[in-house]
Amino acid sequence: MDKVDVIIVGGGLAGLSCSYELADSGMTVIVLERGDFSGSKNVTGGRIYLNPLRNYLPDLWKEAPLERHVTKELITLLSETNSTTLELYSDRFNHLPYPSYTILRAKFDRWFADLLSEKGIFVIPQKNVNDLIQEGGKVIGVKTEDEEIGADCVVAADGILSFLSEKAGLRKPFQPQHFALGFKEVIALDSKVIEDRFRLGEKEGAAQLFLGTLTKGVMGGGFLYTNQESLSLGIVVGIQSLNQREPREEVYKFLDEFKERPEIKNLIRGGETVEYSAHLISEGGIHIKPKVFGDGILLVGDAAGLGLNMLVTVRGMEYAMASGVLAGRTIKMAKEKNDFSASSLSHYEKLLSESFIMKEMSNYQHTLSILENQRLFTKYPQAISDLFEKIMTVDGNPKEGLYKMISRELKKEFFNFQTFKDWLEFRKI
Amino acid sequence: MKITEKLAIDAFKNDKETHITLDQKICKNCKERFCIYACPANLYSLNEKGEMVVEFAGCLECGTCQIACIYNSVQWKYPRSGFGVQYRFG
Repeated sequence: MDKVDVIIVGGGLAGLSCSYELADSGMTVIVLERGDFSGSKNVTGGRIYLNPLRNYLPDLWKEAPLERHVTKELITLLSETNSTTLELYSDRFNHLPYPSYTILRAKFDRWFADLLSEKGIFVIPQKNVNDLIQEGGKVIGVKTEDEEIGADCVVAADGILSFLSEKAGLRKPFQPQHFALGFKEVIALDSKVIEDRFRLGEKEGAAQLFLGTLTKGVMGGGFLYTNQESLSLGIVVGIQSLNQREPREEVYKFLDEFKERPEIKNLIRGGETVEYSAHLISEGGIHIKPKVFGDGILLVGDAAGLGLNMLVTVRGMEYAMASGVLAGRTIKMAKEKNDFSASSLSHYEKLLSESFIMKEMSNYQHTLSILENQRLFTKYPQAISDLFEKIMTVDGNPKEGLYKMISRELKKEFFNFQTFKDWLEFRKI
Repeated sequence: MKITEKLAIDAFKNDKETHITLDQKICKNCKERFCIYACPANLYSLNEKGEMVVEFAGCLECGTCQIACIYNSVQWKYPRSGFGVQYRFG
């Protein structure tokens, strides 16, 4: 059996970041990627926040093929017949270094893998890993379809479905309430058209979230991100909530109906759908985090359950990259001691706890219970847009005084015990 | 735009053998058919004999069916090396 120092299974953001950290360590590191190239099996909404990553990967961003830096944040409450949009522009979003960018993973991950090849890391494509090789409970290598490769340490960066963490006995069986499905279309559109429609400067981007009837009472929402020459338009739905929805309806139809809304139709007009994709999102947060280390094995990124729904944004890519770097640092330390036992690799858990990742996962640990509240996706978006519509409407009848109208509507829709209880819940995040 | 038209845009390299297998004994007793409603590619349907079938060739490899099926009928693994969906945008 051939042997290397480190095998990283999965050439996505977590795996590549881990190998990047190990690039100058003198260790032999290989990354096994199941797709034709890194990024070919990866999907994001999406947008990446760079500020949390600047300390971990300071030199990566100058040449990185990111799409647009986000200068505009929009939140739209959508109901059957109307919608209200809150739009935030800030100079802060438009000053270097830019806080966040829209991103397409097939492009970004592929570039990242090529960069690593220049640094002497082998990212081997079309290489599925079928199993771990274990000896007395210690992981000593992996089995691919045609060979066995040994290693001092295996890094499971094999994504949200992580079959390796299951085989290592590190995670519990999946439950529908802890996962959401995200699916989207990439719609090609001329960059000038994008800038005009969203009122953006050159290379500036917008990120828009949608909450309301588009998910038909199912926990979730919609998203729209402007890429350089395309829009990423999609929907996220909680799987348990979808399972329980009555009457039953195929989820893929949600996106088609969403695209027919005037709010969306006019934004994508003339655009051509160039890809349809789907991916799972971990929403269990801290409650389902597996054990992230074992004898000879570390879990990073989605495989380590590092994903979070923060209500106004879904996080995962920054956690993947930072956890990859922290795993790399742990491996370098273990190499110095030549000790890859669980107790030596437990240092990784400590590094994770001290990082922004576990702090955020702890701060947002109640989000899921709040998201289970159906009124968030039905009643409130509708009530807010209806009130706004009443304020703006001039019909044949004499217009009622604003104060009188607003206080009556607020009393009717919001000043009740149910809303009070929802508010108390909401204060947890 | 039909779902089949959307899938036709994507790049697939299809294997001869499926990477998704169903346990017909479990499917036979299932009333809810979670898979049909949860698959974003609409790959699940009942055949003429009333058995659940899955068209693996258009699979987007999200794994949702495996999680939505609370009866554990769906055995899902990654397509063999070099096969399956190849995202160009992601």
